[in-house]
Amino acid sequence: MAKFNVKQTLLDPLFANNPIGLQILGICSALAVTTKMETALAMSVSVTMVILFSNLFVSLIRNYIPSSIRIIVQMVIIASLVILTDQVLKAFAPGIAKSLSVYVGLIITNCIVMGRAEAFAMKNPPIASMLDGIGNGLGYSFVLLIVAAVREIFGSGKFFGEVVFPLVSEGGWYQPNGLLLLAPSAFFLIGIFIWVLRTFRPEQLEEQ
Amino acid sequence: MLEHYLSILIKSIFLENMALAFFLGMCTFLAVSKKVKTALGLSVAVVAVQVITVPLNNLLYQFLIKPGALSWAGYPDLDLSFLGLISFIGVIAASVQILEMFLDKYVPSLYNALGVFLPLITVNCAILGGSLFMVERDYNFPESVVYGLGSGIGWGLAIIALSAINEKMKYANPPKALVGLGLIFITVGLMAMGFLAFSGIQL
Repeated sequence: MAKFNVKQTLLDPLFANNPIGLQILGICSALAVTTKMETALAMSVSVTMVILFSNLFVSLIRNYIPSSIRIIVQMVIIASLVILTDQVLKAFAPGIAKSLSVYVGLIITNCIVMGRAEAFAMKNPPIASMLDGIGNGLGYSFVLLIVAAVREIFGSGKFFGEVVFPLVSEGGWYQPNGLLLLAPSAFFLIGIFIWVLRTFRPEQLEEQ
Repeated sequence: MLEHYLSILIKSIFLENMALAFFLGMCTFLAVSKKVKTALGLSVAVVAVQVITVPLNNLLYQFLIKPGALSWAGYPDLDLSFLGLISFIGVIAASVQILEMFLDKYVPSLYNALGVFLPLITVNCAILGGSLFMVERDYNFPESVVYGLGSGIGWGLAIIALSAINEKMKYANPPKALVGLGLIFITVGLMAMGFLAFSGIQL
């Protein structure tokens, strides 16, 4: 890659090559933390930071990593970054850290991080890898925040904890859809997201 | 006493299903659910790895990492819990590697059947998630054995069921944009709804 396209690296993962919609990466955490905007945002920021720095560090030392142990080296870098994120969250946002529970730790096994390190950072210079990390982080956050917005607004009538639709139980008019707070709704929403995405992007259709 | 373990087992298989209630191991779950045969191989591997790693990590946590766990070595104030994540993932990677070598040597037929799935298990969130839940819920050693078994079986059950549904779904005629991933997600959503029915069980 002689000439490197900043805009493309940054924006491609949003729609054209969305990590969740097309690459099927990093879905575990995407589904679990999306009942509230607050946790989804915290998760998005953490994952984006981890991808950014893991891509940067892997790319910096890519010429010194023997290919036979590269997975372990990547794993150690990612795990250290996740521990750092975990400690920062625990120190500065203990409430959010508690509601994210084990899912912060699970960023380690979030395939986006590992996948980008392996597929992009091992072959490209540091700056490009950083941008790729940010782009993929944003693509991931984008889906996460949409799902969280739908679930929080229609599931509990709130947005970032602020009341949008006053609930019937609190004297308002909105009868919340309880299903949106349970596990299945996350699957449906992502399924529908992929459906919409592929309707507008016919090149992503799968063969039957 | 036996009832206590039975309740952990049932709970981890049906009520708190790794895949359908906690969304763990989704990447492999969605990618490998096209055929029942491969799904079966993968779930056997997951159960095996889960039964090995959860108790192993439990021992590690109790005797090395837990706050004050090193008191037997004369360091009662030491808190190494920040090392938890990295040592768990190390244990998982190592046991997967050892299992792979063992199968390659002694059970080559199973080794060939599992193929690429075995190394993939290292980055399967269900495995790491199992160890992290074990820490969060403070299981002791026998409980962690049962929990490892249950969560592995639960995950396997879900992926086998999904792949069976997918095999039938080949004959369906969905909207073009829904073919493949979109349809799988919606199917899994319906399965998760079905599993919610178990939540009424009191143990």
